[in-house]
Amino acid sequence: MIKHPITIAGLLLAMFAVIGVGLVAFTHQATKDQIAENERMALLNSLNALVPSESIDNDIVTDLTIVSDQEKLGTAETTVYLGRKANQPVAAVFTSIAPDGYSGQIKLLVAILADGSLGGVRVVAHKETPGLGDKIEVEKSDWIHVFRGKSLGNPDPAKWKVKRDGGIFDQFSGATITPRAIVKAVKNTLLYYKDNGKSLFLAKPKTVQADTETAEAKTESAK
Amino acid sequence: MSDITYGKLIRDGFWNNNQALVALLGLCPLLAVTNTAINGLGLGIATTVVFVLSNITVSLIRNIVRNEIRLPVFVLVIASFVTAVELSMNAWFFELYKILGIFIPLIVTNCAIIGRAEAFASKNNVIKSTVDGLAMGIGFTLVLVALGAAREFVGMGTLFTQAHLMFGEAARGLTFSMGEDFKGALLAILPPGAFIGLGLMLALKNNVDHRADERAKLATPEKEAETAA
Repeated sequence: MIKHPITIAGLLLAMFAVIGVGLVAFTHQATKDQIAENERMALLNSLNALVPSESIDNDIVTDLTIVSDQEKLGTAETTVYLGRKANQPVAAVFTSIAPDGYSGQIKLLVAILADGSLGGVRVVAHKETPGLGDKIEVEKSDWIHVFRGKSLGNPDPAKWKVKRDGGIFDQFSGATITPRAIVKAVKNTLLYYKDNGKSLFLAKPKTVQADTETAEAKTESAK
Repeated sequence: MSDITYGKLIRDGFWNNNQALVALLGLCPLLAVTNTAINGLGLGIATTVVFVLSNITVSLIRNIVRNEIRLPVFVLVIASFVTAVELSMNAWFFELYKILGIFIPLIVTNCAIIGRAEAFASKNNVIKSTVDGLAMGIGFTLVLVALGAAREFVGMGTLFTQAHLMFGEAARGLTFSMGEDFKGALLAILPPGAFIGLGLMLALKNNVDHRADERAKLATPEKEAETAA
């Protein structure tokens, strides 16, 4: 019975499946700490570009809250990273989405300081046209820096538009839709913050717990 | 089969049977990632690693695996190695992984790899299969880099941007730029640019081969005449 060709073939195939899974599992085990650390560092770097690390004393990567406002923030689940110093709110970084880019969603980081002004905006991911719409990337152009220091009073809400629509923000030659989508998303995030900003920081600071986690992760990777 | 020389294997991989330019296999990653030279190089190296690993493994198990299940086994082997390479890149070349990430799993669908497993590694010994995998992989990488460099240069007026993602900060000096004023031809960066670029490369290769043939034809009768005299 066991000599039947199909049985042998099946057993062989199963054996290779086990070996293959073993290889993948081993690689996963060997790399997962490094990968988690990479992702943490990448996130920390982009957050620190908006909220300087010396202005906060908590671990902004793990001190977060999830909020939901499809209309203003672009998705049903928006992560907000909270920066605090001595348990006082310093900044909230929203992972807002501009839903109406030229080719789909534009994912943003919008940092709003405790006084309601913008610490800055960064584009995390987008599919805009290379050479036209991609000037929203900080590596390609300075345009995105225009938001720094702006707030709902500066300029007036009515002026929160690209120049072509009667606002104050530059559009790019050949690409108006992309900047328009971002300006709108940033304004909406500010509006959301105006209504809900204070309640964001009510959650208990997680700094202590986060520190232990990081320490554990470090010991593990040291092993 | 034992009469295949290593020189022939290398010539085949680089030119005569180049998987991208002659077999026209693996076009999906080829066309998708070649908007810069460094992207092409990154995917090329990843593909070469998988080429070599899969060829070695397939060659090692060629006498154990029964004929009727060889293809599923090859697919398993390749898929496992691709996943391992993907995880390793994520761990050690994180910045590059962020750019190439979604294309790495596509190496599984690169028919060139299963093609070499089936056509070569399953019939030859380990050393020859390794050389074959290496030659095919490097040949594929060269096409990726050449196409990437051409598209990057025409489209953006730069060469080797983001080299630091792969070789560290010291490699920033490698980056060559035509300067801010260079208005690139956007078409080259967009997907059609990949097809046009590949088409031109195919034409160039066929042209070179054609001329070599012509020269060979011209040379042969002369030699015969010489020997006759």
